[in-house]
This record gives sequence, C-alpha cells and structure tokens, in this order.
Amino acid sequence: MHYEAPIRKPLIEGDKSYHDITLDVVRPVESSAPRSWWIVFSLALVAFLWGVGCILYTIGVGIGTWGLNKTVGWAWDITNFVWWVGIGHAGTLISAVLLLFRQKWRMSINRSAEAMTIFSVIQAALFPGIHMGRIWMAYFVLPIPNQFGSLWVNFNSPLLWDVFAISTYFSVSVVFWYVGLIPDFAMIRDRAVKPVQKHIYRILSFGWGGKAKHWQRFEEVSLVLAGLATPLVLSVHTIVSMDFATSVIPGWHTTIFPPYFVAGAIFSGFAMVQTLLIIVRKVFSMEQYITIQHIEMMNIVIMLTGSIVGVAYITELFIAWYSGVEYEQYAFLNRATGPYWWAYWSMMTCNVFSPQFMWFKKLRTSLMFTFFISIIVNIGMWFERFVIIVTSLHRDYLPSSWSMFSPTFVDIGIFIGTIGFFFVLFLLYARTFPVIAQAELKTILKSSGDNYKKLQEKEDHGDH
Amino acid sequence: MAENKKYWRGISELENPEMVKALSEQEFPDQISNEEFLGNKENLDSTHTSRRDFLKYMGFSTAAATLAACESPVYESLPYVVAPEEIIPGIANYYATSYYDGHDFASLLIKTREGRPIKVENNKEAGINANANTRVHASVLNLYDATRLQRPAVNGQESNWSSLDKELMAGLAKAEAEGKQVVVLTSTVLSPSQKKLIKTFGARYTNFKHVSQDPFSYSEKLDAWQEATGKRALPMYHFQNAKVIVSVGADFLGDWVGQSVSGDYAKTRVPGKDMSRHFQIEAGMSLTGSNADKRYKLKTSEHGQFLAALYNELASAKGASTVSGVTSSMQNEAKAIAKELLNAGNAALVVCGGNNKDHELLCIAINDLLGNKETTVSYKTRTYLRQGDDKAFKALIAEMNAGKVGVLITNNLNPAYVATGMANVAEAFKKVPTTVAVTMKYDETAQISNLVAAENNYLESWGDFMAADGHYSLQQPTIKPLFDTRSFEDNLLRWTGLSADYHSYIKEHWNSNVLNGTQWSTVLHDGVYTATASTPMMDAVVEGLGSSLNLDLAGVGTRVAKEAKAIKGLEINFNRLTGMGVGTIANNPWLLEFPDPISRVSWDNYLTVAAADAVELGLRHWNESNGALNGNLANVTVNGVLLENVPVFIQPGQTIGTVGLAVGFGRVGAGAVADKVGVNAFPLMAVAHHAEVKVEAIAESKHEFACIQLAHTMMGRDIVKEVSLDTFLASPGKTEDHTGWNEPPRFETHKGALTSEDANLWDDFDHQTGHMWNMSIDLNLCNGCGACVIACHSENNVPVVGKEEVRKSRDMHWLRIDRYYSSDITTENAEENGYEGLGLFGKGATDMYADMEVPSQSPEVFFQPVMCQHCNHAPCETVCPVAATTHSSEGLNHMTYNRCIGTRYCANNCPYKVRRFNWFEYHNNTKNFGDNYAMNEDLGRMVLNPDVTVRSRGVMEKCSMCIQRIQLGKLEAKKDGKALKDGAIKTACQSACDTNAIVFGDVNNSQSEVFKLKKDQRMYHLLGEVGTQPSVFYQVKVKNTTA
Repeated sequence: MHYEAPIRKPLIEGDKSYHDITLDVVRPVESSAPRSWWIVFSLALVAFLWGVGCILYTIGVGIGTWGLNKTVGWAWDITNFVWWVGIGHAGTLISAVLLLFRQKWRMSINRSAEAMTIFSVIQAALFPGIHMGRIWMAYFVLPIPNQFGSLWVNFNSPLLWDVFAISTYFSVSVVFWYVGLIPDFAMIRDRAVKPVQKHIYRILSFGWGGKAKHWQRFEEVSLVLAGLATPLVLSVHTIVSMDFATSVIPGWHTTIFPPYFVAGAIFSGFAMVQTLLIIVRKVFSMEQYITIQHIEMMNIVIMLTGSIVGVAYITELFIAWYSGVEYEQYAFLNRATGPYWWAYWSMMTCNVFSPQFMWFKKLRTSLMFTFFISIIVNIGMWFERFVIIVTSLHRDYLPSSWSMFSPTFVDIGIFIGTIGFFFVLFLLYARTFPVIAQAELKTILKSSGDNYKKLQEKEDHGDH
Repeated sequence: MAENKKYWRGISELENPEMVKALSEQEFPDQISNEEFLGNKENLDSTHTSRRDFLKYMGFSTAAATLAACESPVYESLPYVVAPEEIIPGIANYYATSYYDGHDFASLLIKTREGRPIKVENNKEAGINANANTRVHASVLNLYDATRLQRPAVNGQESNWSSLDKELMAGLAKAEAEGKQVVVLTSTVLSPSQKKLIKTFGARYTNFKHVSQDPFSYSEKLDAWQEATGKRALPMYHFQNAKVIVSVGADFLGDWVGQSVSGDYAKTRVPGKDMSRHFQIEAGMSLTGSNADKRYKLKTSEHGQFLAALYNELASAKGASTVSGVTSSMQNEAKAIAKELLNAGNAALVVCGGNNKDHELLCIAINDLLGNKETTVSYKTRTYLRQGDDKAFKALIAEMNAGKVGVLITNNLNPAYVATGMANVAEAFKKVPTTVAVTMKYDETAQISNLVAAENNYLESWGDFMAADGHYSLQQPTIKPLFDTRSFEDNLLRWTGLSADYHSYIKEHWNSNVLNGTQWSTVLHDGVYTATASTPMMDAVVEGLGSSLNLDLAGVGTRVAKEAKAIKGLEINFNRLTGMGVGTIANNPWLLEFPDPISRVSWDNYLTVAAADAVELGLRHWNESNGALNGNLANVTVNGVLLENVPVFIQPGQTIGTVGLAVGFGRVGAGAVADKVGVNAFPLMAVAHHAEVKVEAIAESKHEFACIQLAHTMMGRDIVKEVSLDTFLASPGKTEDHTGWNEPPRFETHKGALTSEDANLWDDFDHQTGHMWNMSIDLNLCNGCGACVIACHSENNVPVVGKEEVRKSRDMHWLRIDRYYSSDITTENAEENGYEGLGLFGKGATDMYADMEVPSQSPEVFFQPVMCQHCNHAPCETVCPVAATTHSSEGLNHMTYNRCIGTRYCANNCPYKVRRFNWFEYHNNTKNFGDNYAMNEDLGRMVLNPDVTVRSRGVMEKCSMCIQRIQLGKLEAKKDGKALKDGAIKTACQSACDTNAIVFGDVNNSQSEVFKLKKDQRMYHLLGEVGTQPSVFYQVKVKNTTA
C-alpha cells in the first residue's frame, strides 16, 4: 500500500470507514430531494427555458436579433463560447494531469470537476452552432463526402480546428468521466432496492463485478485516457486562441495568445470548481471529503494562473508599445481608455488584483472569501473575452467603420439560458450520480484517512 | 552474350501459363444473349424477387415519384404568345432615353431585361448632362412604386379617363364662358414639343397663361441675365477650361442650376501643371466646398459684399469703374483671390449661388472683366434647365385668389409642397373652380385638386428636350404603361382635340424643325442630337451677343450692404441633399437609405449647426450604447413661420452664425416610405435661399439619427494620402532613398527593408497568366457624389434595411464613400501642443487620440470610396471554415452564397470592413422590411437584376467587382473570337462615375488604362502595411493649396 508521510494532512477527515464513504456518497442519490434543491432546480430550469426561447427566436428570425453589426461580428456569442470552454478546462486538468502527477487530493473533487467540464463544454458547443447565420447548414463544417464534387472544408481556418478540438475534447472527456463512474454506478446498483432504479444503474454500470481483472482494466483505461486527455487540456484553448491569434485585427493578432489562453482557462475553471464545490460540500455535508485543504490547494492554482494571466496582460501592453505599430498601439490604448475602459478595468481588477489576496493563508483558507473571489474571477474572465473580442473589433483599421456594441435581450437571454442549462445538468447530476469518486477515494482511505493517519501515528510512536 | 530474358506478369503466369492465357482471352467476354439468359428457366426460378418485394419496390417508387412531384411554392410564369423579336431571355437591351422631373435632367441609357427596365446608365454621347446624378440613377425604382397613381381620380374618387376628360372639358368651357383664365402651371419646360403643344392648347382659350416655377427657384438669377443680355436664360458653364474657380455659395458639384458640371470640373482636377485651383466661399458645408482647395466660411448674407469687393479689386486692376459703398469681412481674401483670377485671365470662372439678382449681376460683371466669355462662360450656348419665374408665379397666385382663374392644370410641379413658403397655395387652389393635377402621386397638390390625372413614369412615355442651345435629346418609353395612366402630353393632345399620339407629334415636329435631314431612327438610337451651326435653332434667338453687356451696377454696393445688415441673428440656408434634391422622387428607398456624402446621415434631413452655436443654443449630440447617434430637436422660426421638432446635426465646417436645412423631406403623399421621413423646410423658404431664423432648443428632446459613420477623422493614419501640388510637381512619389511623398510601407527584414508585397510568407497564385482584374480609384477626381453607391445598389440587388437597422450599423452598401475631416490635433503637431508620453499623468498619447477624434471646425474633407479590395492575400479567405469565400485566378475574391454558413469570421478579419451580413431576411419579409419594396412587392421586384442572386438570411455578401459584367464581357469577346478589349467591361460604379475616378481593367494587358494607373507615382494600396495585396488601389489626392 501507498505510504504517505505523517506530516501530510489527512485528505479524508472524520473517522471514516469504507462503509461510511459509501453511505456519504450515495446519500443524495438514495434520499429524495429537499425543497431547496427543487427551488434552485426550478430557477435553473426557467432560465434554461428562457434561453431555449431566445435561441429559437434567433434561429427563426435571424442573427439580427442580437446586438451585432457590420463592424462587430462577434460579441457575446463568442465571448460566452470561450468563457464556457475555459471553465471546462479545470475538470480534465484535475482528473488527467493530476492523475499522471499522482496528486491524491484530486480524488474527492475530480468527479464534480469533470462533470462541470462536460456540462460547460456542452454550453460552449452551443455557441459556434447558434452564432451561424444558417445553422441548418452547420454540417458544412464537417469534412464529409458530398455531392458537390471535390468541395472540402477549409483546413486553413482556425474555426474548423475549433470544430475538431471541441468535439475531440468533449468525447474524450465524456469517455474518461464515464469510465471513472462505472465502479460507482455498480456500488449504487448493488445498494438499490427499487427495481427501476436498480435496472437503470445496472445498465449504466456495464456489468461491473469488482473482480481483480476489472480493477486492472479500469486502472489501465484510466491511465491511457489520462494520457490522451492531457494534451487536450493544452490543445483546446490553444486552438480557441488561434481564432484570434491568426487574424489580422490589432488586439487579436498576438502570438502570446495560446499560453495566455490556457492559463486563463485553468484560472477560470478552478474558480468555477470552487464555486460549485463550496456549495456541494455544504449541501451534501461533504466537508470531510472536500476539506479546507482542497480549497486551499485550488486557491493556490488560482493565484498562480491569475498571476500568469496578469503577466500576459502586461506583456501585451508592452509589446504593443515595443512593436511600434500604430494600429496595435491604438488598440491597446483604446482598450484601457476608450469607450470600453470599464470592461478593461473590470477585467484587470477581477483577474489580476483579486487573486493576489490568495497570498494570505488566512484568506485562502476562508470559505466565504474563496467563494467570493471565485465568482469575481469568473466575472473577470468573462470580461477578458469581451475585451479581447469587442474592443479589438469595434475600432480596428479604418475609423470610418468604427462602431459600438450593445447586447439585446436575446444576447443576454441566451447567456442566462446557458447558465440555467448548466445548473439544470449539474443539479440533476448531483442527485443521480455519485458526486465523489468513492471507489477511487477508498483507495487512499488507509493512507490519507484521518483515522488511519492517527493510527499510523500511534504505531509510529509505539515503535519508539 | 545476348540472353533471352523472360518476364512474367505475375507468379500465376509462371506457374500456370495456360490458365492465364485462357483468362486473358476472356477479358472482354461477349454478353450473355437475352435468349440465353431468359431461356434459362432454372436460373430464373432460383432468383428471389417475390411478389412482396415487387410491391415494396413499386410502393417506394410511387411514393418517391409523388414526393418529388410536390414542390412546395408554385410560381406561375406566362410565356410570350408572340415573342418580340428583340427580346432574348438573358440578354439585356439598352435604350437611349432622357430623364426630366422638373428639377433634374439627364440623358440616359436604360438597361432592360426581358422587357423590364432595371438600370440607369449614363449616355456618354450627350453634349450636356450626359451624367446622371445620384437621384437619376435611382429613378428606375420609382417606376415600380406601387403607391403611384394607378388610374385617374375625379373629386377624390377613383375614376376613369372619360369622366375626367368630361369634367375638365366642362370646366374649360365654363372658364371660357365666364372669361376666366385657363392656366398651365409647370416647372421649367425643357421640351420643345411640349412647349408647342401647350401653346396649341392655349390658343383655344382667350385668357390662357403658361406659368413656370422651379421647385428650387433661380428666378432672380435669370432676371439678372435678362437684364444684362436681353435673354432670360443662363449661360452654359465650361468648367473644363477653368484654371481658377471661385464659387461664392454655388454648390455646383451637388445641386445648382441644373447643368451637370462635375465631369467637366474633374477634367481640371487631374494633377499636373494645368490643375485648377478652386476657392469656395460658403456658409454651410456643401459637396462642392468639401472638394475645394481652399474653403472660406462666410454667411450667405455677406456673399454679396464679398462679390462686390472682388469686383472692385478686379475693376481697379483693370481700370474699370468700381462699385461704391463696399465693405467686406473678407477684404484681404478678396484681394488675394482677385490676384489669382487675374493671373488666370480668361481661364478664370466665378460663379455664385442663391436666388439674388445683385449677386448674379456682380458675377456677370466679374466674369466680363475677366474676359472669359466663351471660354468658361458661354453666352452663345445657353442652358434652359431653369426658366421659372417667381414674379409670374406670385401674380398667378394673386389672380387665383382674386377668382380670375377658371382652370388650373399643374404638371411636373408640386406647388402645394414646394411653393408654400411663397404663398398660401392651398387657399389659392380653393378659389379655382377646376384644378387638375397631372402627377404620378397622390401628392400635396393632387390632394387639393379636383381632378387628378394619373401620369406615366418617364420610362413609359415619349418626350423630347432641349436642355441647351443645340443640344437635343429624346425620351423613349422602355416599357408599356404599367397602370391606367397617361402622359401629360397625351392629355394635352386629347384636351386640345388632336388625334395624333405624342410619339408621332414629336417625330413630325423634329423632322420638320430640328433634324435637318438626319434620320429620326439614328437620333432615336443615340437618344441625343447636337445641332450644327447650320441647323435652325428652335426657340434660340441669340440676343445680346453684342460687344457690351447691359450691366447696371449702380446701387449694388448699398443693396448688398443692406442685405448683410438685414440679418441680425442667426441665418438659415436652404439647401438640397445629394440623395433627395427637391424631393420629386422621394418615395425611393435607395435614395432614402443613401447616406449624405457630408453628414453620412441617411433617412433624414436636419438643421446643420456649427459646434460653437450648438453650445450657445444648448444643443448637443450623444450616442447610444450601440453607437447610434442621437441629437436634440429644435423649433425653427423663419418670418413668423414655425417649424417644430427639427432634428439638429452638429456639422463641422458650418459657418458660425448660420444654420442649414435641406428641403425635399417631410412629404405628405409622396408614398408610404418617404412620408414619415424628415421635416418639410419649404414653408420656411421664400424667394431667397437664406433668411433670418430663430432656433430654440427643445429641452430633453431626442431625435434618432441613422448616421453610418461614427468616427470622423483619420486618427493620424495614412488612409487618404494627400500631397500638395507643389510637392507633387517638384519631387517623385517613390524614390530610391524612400523619401518620396508616396512611399509604400517597408519592413526591416534580414534582406533589408522590404515592402509588404515582397516581405511575403505565402505561396503566391500565378497572376501573370490570363486576366488580372484591378481597379484604380482616383481620390483627386472623386468628389463624393455617391452616384456609384446607387448604381451598385441597383446593379447588385443590395437590400435596403431601414432606419432602425442603419442606426445599428447594419447598412448593406457594398460600396461606401468614407468621409474624413481633418482634426486640429494631429500626430505631427501633438508635441507642439504639449502632448507628451503616454498620458498617465498630464497630457499624453491617450489625450492626443481622444482629441484627434474631434474634427476641426474648418476641416479639410476627404472622400474615399471603399468596396471589397479583392485582396490577393485575403484575410477573409483563410478564416472561412467552409471555403465559402475563395480566390479566383483572375485576382478576385469570390463569395459563394450557397456555401456560406454565416460565421461572420471573414467580416471580423476584414481590415477594410467591407463585408455585409444578412442579419435578417430582407426580401419577402414585408412585415419587417416592407419599406424595401424593391424586394418585398411583386411590382417592386421587377427592378431586380436577374443576373445577381438575391441573398438569403444568414449569409455574407460583398462587392463582387460586378462579376456578372466581367463574365458577360469575356463571353462576348469569346463569341467574337477576339481578345478582350480594355474598357469593354465596366463595373456599375465605374460607368456611373462622371469624373472617371474609377477605372477597372486587366493589369496583365500592358495597353490597359488600369495598367498605366498601377504604374503611376500616385498609386497606393489602402492599408498597405497589412500586406493584403489588394486588387483595388487608390491614387494619392493632390491639393492645389500653394499660395
């Protein structure tokens, strides 16, 4: 068994036995939903349906229902797309990269982080679809055989790379997540008493028997998928950033974008994980699994990536000045002092200044403060994308075409709708799925569990 | 050692040569014969096509065939019963005709497709007004206006012609019996046949009168000419001969006395030693003023003083008698300008605007002193485009009020709209027992007339014109009347009791009076006819051509001084917008959406106010969060007439103490689209084109402007390159040491400094073989008139989106004319003005850019037509995920609408922002875009060009360089088996351009004009530093500003 130094803090608090873990994880699934869940779920559902209405209105009437114009061809649509994709980054990072690096603390958060990833990628994937003028022709972006002769997609276009990147990322994430879920579904199946429920979980658990061979294959597949998913963490947002970096628009045409976008994505992803898990641990009484230590670790990641993003912002400004390109210089001066200065400074405040508070241990271990900052960071990251997209486009090369952008109720409605959709999915998930990867978690109970740690300590002392 | 080597075609040939041989012989076996196949009963029995299978296949085929047969929308088309010989489907026919609406006149070619007129082209053969202006280019759409009168009306009820004729004849008989007058009231009559016909009609009545009144009157100008030369006609101006042009308030490039001079003017604007210098003295910012080398701001009421001062300067230099009592606020300028004029001698030209006899007399005297008779001002050839007489009109109104008029027939003039500032027209109409409005619309005059004779559109009628001495043109119908309408002349013929139709009437008249032996069919084909000296000039008795003019300048000095003093407060100037004129064809969505070249506002008229005055009056502009421009409203009072809620537009270049207001808007009865647009300024305008005004801001008021340009300066960027004539003449544009005035941007590389063309990471297409289409746009020749914008609209089925959408910056123009003002702060003078560093503390770059956004109050103005630049390294092409926009081997950037999925990535990545997205379904969407009747009504759709796809919702569109014309040109050349000639293909914008600013052609043809222009010193690419290698290039603007 894995040995862990006693100096390390326990990852599972409370004197948990294997059975305790089972009970804690399965409780939300087996109990009926409380009123608060129904209230939140109804709110989310209403928001979602409002969003669906706005999407149908857009598709029925035209993109003109949004606030876009001849100069600003993308605004909230692609802002939301990049924002949601960015949020989706933390899940895979936690489950794949941290798995490869043998970070055991990921085990109590990876399930929900991955769920968040998948749900936010679903939101993200909506936007490239609905932002098309003719969504009914969306299949044109797929390189499929057609009757048009040698008509092929344009492999030069970063938007096409996006299609591949997002769909790959989504499918790998779903498979990875699902593989991890199999033993946990089996656990629920084994405990289920209602026949319908039992039947459903039987199907979901793929006939898991808990045999040694099953466990061996499970470990192997997890490792292989983790290996596959790791480059995706970097590639997806790199490619998203190329939508901008390969263009000629001042403020978009920036080689720093790929690393800057990836750091920003991880930054916002972890912030969203914090937002969700702080609620989850409270509502499902999982404080003993998702401990302050977990929160702190994630805050450190937020602080680090936030600082990287801050450096990137300053580098952009420096390069604009250093390049001597008047358009580039104006683009950045305009960001900071032009009509959208408030968006720029919101972004700066939220993303660069606010994570710096995490240098203080007292603040980064404070739940309320963490929750507050996690919301602030996500607001800031939304503004970052808005600033990049809208303030670069609205004043580019020819002043004759300069314009402004203002969202319509449809723009706002669709954004709220995706938030609603996201929470609908997450709330359903929280009541039907094991929100902690209990099978995995049980593997570290004896090395990192509170009671076993104490036992170990006692033994160690006894030896002396 | 020769050895017989054996090669096998495979292992099997080595192993079993017999089998291979047998097989190879059977490579093409004979087919099994039918008998053999069908005769083999055993075989047939063993196959399994059961009854059920048969029924399945049959069921499927039947269902499939049925489904395939139900194509949802059913469009009925009617074939010709007898096909007309000259109409070949798919082939356009062109007919020469003329346009005249009582204000604008032009000789035209009309393009028809399958019998439908769809496009106006210039008739370059014409000697006068060969170039249609913006409005005339749009006029084809008015033919298909469903709000036209479709049948006559009697006493407000729709009726038929026989009852109208009956009513009128009774009215005429009654008037004759009562000894009352019969009056025909028209705008200027340009038509010799019509004039004769009116005379014939009038001869039947004892008290007949024909009165002419121009919608925008120049009556006093004509009076001045009558006094000076004995003939009430304006001279023809020859701008092409002018070296120094001084215009005192005359907007001759925009809308002036009817003669189209912009082409002639452009001939003098070609950079070189002979380039003219143009001084403009004016109150408001006009199209002409924005093209001037030097523009002075001066109140219109002081124009007379300036002209007098100029006259005195010239007179004292020439030793002539001066005018006494002259003071001018621009004495020094007058001196300097006088010197320039004297240097130019007879190649100088002074013109003036307004409707003022003294000004025109001074102008005549000045030109006489300069001795430019027949060089720049032709007395021999007079123009007849303005013949209205204010005095006669006022007398007519008095007689109407006195009950002396029995019948009033109006045509080509809408007095109840245009003359309301001169008289109470509606009241006067009430006193006339029988009033007949011959009009196309149920307009202001029709609404107060007893009888409304629905008139033909010009494209449905015959007509003839003599716009100037010796310059004749014909109007021939290009389509049968769409409705139960009659032309004015047909009416007159009928009312006179003549049986002839007007076509034969004209023909007969021309054959006996005009043609002098020339074939009628030749003239009909050409559309124009220029009389030679030996031809008898009808109606052209050339009086007053003696050596001296009859000029009496006594008292002019005191009169102009009095005129200047008369206006104590603010002065209002009435003008006309390029896109609307006097509003004769107002119900035209193309024109309403056409952004004014100066203000770039569409769908409006407005009070132009100087920034300083705006502050004083408490008027301001502000923008919505989406950029849309808003402004205050003001109440405007002139001579006690109050016009409420006039939108206020703060106009750089407006003289302080003056405001401007365009007529032609605020219609009632022009049609559904025009009626809600703008305010009507005519009630404020009496005889003079300016007046004293009281402007009161309305607190908390808001007017929504549809202004398509929100930033007005170039922000220190090299967008419109400009150089002074001196520099241009003295030094080359591109030099070895990169110090010329037109150096392309260069980038430092390991190979040294390279231009963006050479610093290239791309694999280039082969652009040496075949055609390589390029376009040159000369910024010196372009005056911003916007005829090209309308031509593009009509050629390419560009949708009109309406005011609300334009406010959202969603105009669809494929071709736009950017207008930039100079700013007081520039990157060059920023340091002198104390802008240092970044501006974090104190005045720096951030402040500099903010201040550069503010246009100067005496700005230089730059126009730049921008359409798709057809980049050879196109940023749009690389980013489209579905390859909907691709490059052609001929240097064009193609747009495949069918393939476009509408990601708008291409538009975002376009540095020129020329791509336009179909935000909504703009056609067949009557609910939201009904104003755009060219795409939403069965009648309106007839104007669409069948060669150009109407784009659907959700796709991107943009300039195609008129690909349909290129293809046609290539096909024609191929059919003829000849190489394509330079100039055989003209884009729509190019053929509409009367200054030849736009030249299109093949740069692989070294004989082509565009090839020469590409080699020109002045050639540059817009945003050359981006490295897009456009196929469109510009020619540096040269300003003749040296003193």
